[in-house]
Amino acid sequence: MNKILVFLEGQGTTLKRTSLEAISAARTLASATGIPYAGMIINGTKEQVKAVGDYGMADVINAKHELMETYSSTAAAKILHQVIQSENADIILFSANAKGLELAPRVAAKLEAGYIGDCVALEVKDGNIIANKPVYAGKSQITAMVNSEKKVFSLRPNVFTATKVEGSITITTKDYAPSLSEDDRKAFVTAMMKNEGKMDVLEADTIVSGGRGIKGTENYNLIENLASAFGGAVGASRAVVDAGWRPHSEQVGQTGKTVSPTLYVACGISGAVQHLAGMSTSKVIVAINKDKDAPIFKVCDYGIVGDLFNVVPKLTEKVKALTGK
Amino acid sequence: MNILVCISRVPDTATRILVGPDGKTIDTQGIKYVISPYDEYGIEEALRLKEKNGGTVTAVTVGNESSTDILRTALAMCVDKAVHIKADEKKDSFFVAKNLAEYAKEMNPDLIFMGRQSVDYDSLQMPSMVSEFLGLPSVSVVSKLTIVDGKATAERDVEGGKEIVEVSLPCIISCQKGLNEPRYPKLPDIMKAKSKPIEAREAIQTEEKVTVMSMAIPSKQRIGKLLGDGDGDVEELVRLLHEEAKII
Ligand SMILES: Cc1cc2nc3c(=O)[nH]c(=O)nc-3n(C[C@H](O)[C@H](O)[C@H](O)COP(=O)(O)OP(=O)(O)OC[C@H]3O[C@@H](n4cnc5c(N)ncnc54)[C@H](O)[C@@H]3O)c2cc1C
Ligand SMILES: Nc1ncnc2c1ncn2[C@@H]1O[C@H](COP(=O)(O)O)[C@@H](O)[C@H]1O
Repeated sequence: MNKILVFLEGQGTTLKRTSLEAISAARTLASATGIPYAGMIINGTKEQVKAVGDYGMADVINAKHELMETYSSTAAAKILHQVIQSENADIILFSANAKGLELAPRVAAKLEAGYIGDCVALEVKDGNIIANKPVYAGKSQITAMVNSEKKVFSLRPNVFTATKVEGSITITTKDYAPSLSEDDRKAFVTAMMKNEGKMDVLEADTIVSGGRGIKGTENYNLIENLASAFGGAVGASRAVVDAGWRPHSEQVGQTGKTVSPTLYVACGISGAVQHLAGMSTSKVIVAINKDKDAPIFKVCDYGIVGDLFNVVPKLTEKVKALTGK
Repeated sequence: MNILVCISRVPDTATRILVGPDGKTIDTQGIKYVISPYDEYGIEEALRLKEKNGGTVTAVTVGNESSTDILRTALAMCVDKAVHIKADEKKDSFFVAKNLAEYAKEMNPDLIFMGRQSVDYDSLQMPSMVSEFLGLPSVSVVSKLTIVDGKATAERDVEGGKEIVEVSLPCIISCQKGLNEPRYPKLPDIMKAKSKPIEAREAIQTEEKVTVMSMAIPSKQRIGKLLGDGDGDVEELVRLLHEEAKII
C-alpha cells in the first residue's frame, strides 16, 4: 500500500462533517499501515482546505476547474481519477452520502478497482484492509476485502467519529489543474431545492420519528416539538408517509433513508424490519409505544410503555428544561 | 424509445435472515424471492414511457437458474423481452456490472433503468459502474423524471433537499421511491408470461475484485431498559439520557 486519498466536500467555510469523519478514518488507517494520507477537493476554498488541520491532515490536493462551478458527477469522477493517478494513491475513501455514493463507484470503475460501499468499520489485518458492511438492510453484516491493487471504500455517515488532534499542523496545499472539457459534463446539476427551514434526517444528530400511532398529520406538532427540544430533525415511518401525513424525504427505513444519529426516538412506531433497516445503527434508540410487546422494544436502549399523547409533551418539557431549546 | 431495465433478485424484504453453513452467505432455505423493490419503479417507468412514446422494454438479470422467476414477473408486468445472463454462484458487483454493460452495448438502448440499490447486498454501485463502462452519464436516486427531446430532467434526493439534474440521452437512471406506483401483474398476463421465451446467455467472467470473508448477524447490545409512563418515568428517561447515555 502506497497512499490514502480522501475525497473532501466543502460546505460554506468549512468541510462537511462526513468529510471530517473520513479524514479521521484515514488517519487511523494511516497509523496502522504507516502510509501517508492526503485529501482531495474540487474547487476548494482556502477556509475549506484549512479545516483539515484540526483533524490531523497535512496535505490537500485542490483540483481547480471552471467547468466545475456547476457540479457534474461524470466530470468530477474524471478529475478525481486524474488526481489519484498523479498521486499514485491506492486507497481511496469517500463518504457514503449522496455525492460520494455516486462518485465512488465511478472512480472505482475508472481504476478497474473493487469497491465496498457504505462501510461501518475499516480495519487493517495482516496488511489488508478489512471492511465491515451491513447487508440485507442491516439484518446481517459482512466482512469483505478488496483484491485489486487499488481499493475504493465509502463510509456510512455518522458511524466513524471525527476526532480533532492536539496542536496545530502546517497544511501543504497542492493546486492541480485537471484536463476537462465540456464533453465530460454529460449530467450536471441545474438547481437545488432545499427542504425549507427543516433539518434533514441525514444530517441530524437527533431524530424524532412518528409512526401510525400519531394518528394524523394534525398531531405531528408533538413530534416536531420534541425534535426541536433536542435540536434535531423529524422523521417518519412509511405508514405515516403512505398516509400522506409527511413527505417521503422524512421516511426512515429500507425504502426511505438510512440514518445513524446519536439519538433516535421512535414514537408510535411498531418496529417492522423495514423500519429497523434504516435506523438500527443509531447510537442510542428510545422507543415510546403503548404496546409493551411492540418489536421496537427489542432493539431499543430505553423504552417508555405508554400513550405517546401523554408521554411526548411531558418529555418535550423536560428535555427543553435541560437543553434550553 | 428502447429501454433496458436491470432487475435484481432478492429475498422478500420481510424475510428473516440467517447465516448459511458456509458462514459467508445467507441460509437460502424457505426464502421467497422477489424483484428488488427499487427495480419495480424502473420497470413501471419504462412501461409508461413505452406506452407514451412507443418502442420496447427489455428486462435483464444476472443470476443463477432460479432467476428466471423474476423475469417471468417482469414479463407479467408486460415488458417485451426478458434476458437471463447466467451466473452460477454469487459474484461480485464488478462482474455483474461488466455483464450488464456488455449486454447494453449490444442492445444499445436509449435509456437504462436500475434501482437505487439492490436490497440484498445493498452494494450501491451498479448504476455508476455500468455508466462508466459504457461511457454514459447516469443520475442516481431519482424520484422524478421528465423526458423531452432527447433530454432528461431528473430530481434526485440529496441531503437537505433535491437536486435537479439535466442529462442527455442515452443515460442510466437509478430509481428511488416516489418515481411512480408500480403496477401489479394481472392474472391473464401472469398466465401468458409463463410461456413467453426468455433469452439465456453465458456470462463473461471477470477477476474477483471483492471477496466476502464472513457474514454475521449484528448483535449490538442494547440496554433495553423499559419504563412506565408516569411523570417519574419520563423524568428518569431524561436523567438516563443525560447521565448514563450522556447525549443531552
Ligand atoms: C418493500 C417494503 C419496504 C418498506 N420500507 C419501509 C421503510 O422504508 N420504512 C418504514 O418505516 N416502513 C417500511 N415498510 C413498512 C413496514 O413493514 C411497516 O408497515 C411500517 O414500518 C409500519 O409503520 P408504523 O410502525 O408507523 O405503523 P404500525 O406498524 O401500525 O405501528 C404503529 C405503532 O404505534 C403504536 N401506537 C398506537 N397508538 C399509540 C399511542 N397512542 N401511543 C403510543 N403508541 C401507539 C402501536 O402499538 C404500534 O406499535 C416497508 C414495507 C415493505 C413491504
Ligand atoms: N444481478 C443483477 N442483475 C441485474 N441487475 C442488477 C443486478 N444486481 C444489481 N442490479 C441493478 O443494479 C441496481 C443497484 O444494485 P447494487 O449496486 O448492487 O446495490 C439494482 O437495483 C438493479 O437495477
